[in-house]
Amino acid sequence: MLIWVLFKMAMRSLIANKLRSVLTALGIVIGVASVIAMISIGEGARMQTLSTIAKFGTNIISVKPGEKKNRHVSTGKVETLMLDDAYAIQENIKLITGVAAQVYQSGQLKYGNKNRSSTIRGTGEKYRRLSNFKMERGRYFNAEEVRSTRKVCILGATVVKHLFEGEDPIGQTIKVEGHNFLIIGTMVAKGALSWYDPDDQIFMPVTTAQKRLFGKKYVQSIDVQARHIDDIEAIKGDIEKLLRKRHRIREEKENDFYVQNSAEWLNSWGNAAKTFTYLLGGIAAISLLVGGIGIMNIMLVSVTERTREIGIRMAIGAKRREIRKQFLIESVLISFLGGVLGVILGVVISRTVSQMGGWDTIVSLQSILLAFGFSVMVGVFFGYYPANKAANLNPIEALRYE
Amino acid sequence: MIEVEKISKTYNLGTQTVHALKEVSFRLAHGEFVSIMGPSGSGKSTLMYLLGCLDLPTSGTYRLENIDVQILSPDQLAEVRNRRIGFVFQNFNLLPRASALENIELPLLYGRVSNSDKVAREALSKVGLAARARHKPNELSGGERQRVAIARAIVNNPALILADEPTGNLDSHTGEEIMEIFKQLNQEGVTVIVVTHEQHVARYTHRILQMKDGEIISDSGVPSC
Repeated sequence: MLIWVLFKMAMRSLIANKLRSVLTALGIVIGVASVIAMISIGEGARMQTLSTIAKFGTNIISVKPGEKKNRHVSTGKVETLMLDDAYAIQENIKLITGVAAQVYQSGQLKYGNKNRSSTIRGTGEKYRRLSNFKMERGRYFNAEEVRSTRKVCILGATVVKHLFEGEDPIGQTIKVEGHNFLIIGTMVAKGALSWYDPDDQIFMPVTTAQKRLFGKKYVQSIDVQARHIDDIEAIKGDIEKLLRKRHRIREEKENDFYVQNSAEWLNSWGNAAKTFTYLLGGIAAISLLVGGIGIMNIMLVSVTERTREIGIRMAIGAKRREIRKQFLIESVLISFLGGVLGVILGVVISRTVSQMGGWDTIVSLQSILLAFGFSVMVGVFFGYYPANKAANLNPIEALRYE
Repeated sequence: MIEVEKISKTYNLGTQTVHALKEVSFRLAHGEFVSIMGPSGSGKSTLMYLLGCLDLPTSGTYRLENIDVQILSPDQLAEVRNRRIGFVFQNFNLLPRASALENIELPLLYGRVSNSDKVAREALSKVGLAARARHKPNELSGGERQRVAIARAIVNNPALILADEPTGNLDSHTGEEIMEIFKQLNQEGVTVIVVTHEQHVARYTHRILQMKDGEIISDSGVPSC
């Protein structure tokens, strides 16, 4: 088979110039490694964003109090967001599945002789469903218990682990900031994120937290769940209109609250991953280009060095396309070699990133194939001109070349 | 088998025009053993390249086995070189990285001949080098290299062998051995043309064409055998 012999000869010529071949392939190595790392990190970031959204609940719109401003100077948080605002949203806004007002702050928990500082979250009866918590044991509090400011609470998994150590907490009494609370349920663990552990908190009716623990009249957040992701923008507009009316804000004044959805702030985190991805993409494109030019350069040298060989081949009957094929095989082989080394390097890079950054990366078969495809394309594209130059040599001049 | 009619070849070297061949005409029958002689610059190499279909004449006609070569495309010329012509060069022109056997196999591969390994081995044993199949050219002596080159030239059973100073880089004893091989091939019916400027090489051939300044100045004529 001619193609096999040409392949063998190209292989031999690469091995004869080992260092040169490896250096030539270096650009492709870096390019391909960047493509692999870029896709695996980007894919990992996407998956992590999705799982984070699932952890915090989907289609959530948060209303938060704005800043108090005096002549454009911020003078602290305003305490304008009230529980009644939450009820008003519940009653007046369409296309939503639930509303949960929240107050929260860090506080001391005491059970027996054990102490723990955790987040105390006062919220509504819909909160559990909105933020995707599941009951491990017992039950969640209901609307009646919210109305009557009952002193009941549900424990997060981390709290259970540290304060109870295998004991059954249901029906026990726990001291929260010195007040006795009845434990009526425990939550299934969601798993900690790197900067935040959603299981290290206890949940109680918002009214109880406001009146009996914190002494707050306002709420710190109102979570609203949209029925469908497409309705989020419309709902945000409706909430804004409703709250402006309730807060009697004149037309020229700014809102004294923020309305944002969960995807938005996750975006800012996702944007960092995106920036990183674009950076690697840029490196990939540039190194593939530079690598390709390197291949072209070396192939031109190789054609000149082997002018006589080309003449001999033509004299014994090689057609032009066969000469072209020979040199194309060689340049593709270089870029393919670069592709193999690049895939290895790319996998190593993404492993290192996930280990050092605590950031999951996913090396997919697709990204490997894509990178290989790119490297072979570079070999063909930048190998074509030198190969064509070889094929168009005049046989006699090639034979006479010293 | 070869009909050359008034072929000329001119090269343009910048402002200068060089007339390498001037209206050369001759005929060659099948099975002839011919030498082309002349001092360097007489046009004998140019003539050989034209006869070997490596180049086309500027004017005139060249027919090889009744085919008008001028009308062929570069690919068709490559096919003619591959199937009908075998080249032997002064400096052997073997591929340095390929073994003797691979060098001989190459024309068969370009010609898409099946069973190339076996055919190449036969050609190699015909020149008496069967034991050297795996050797690289730089592991062979000059005479052995030229034998490999001859094996490569005859592997496709060509009608015409063109040898350009085939003994030029060899000592006289080895040169005689090489000429004996050509003689042998000629006796088997192959047309052989040797380009040389050495009298004792030309003595092996049956017909001598003398060239000077791009013209044939004497032709010993077809022997009456």
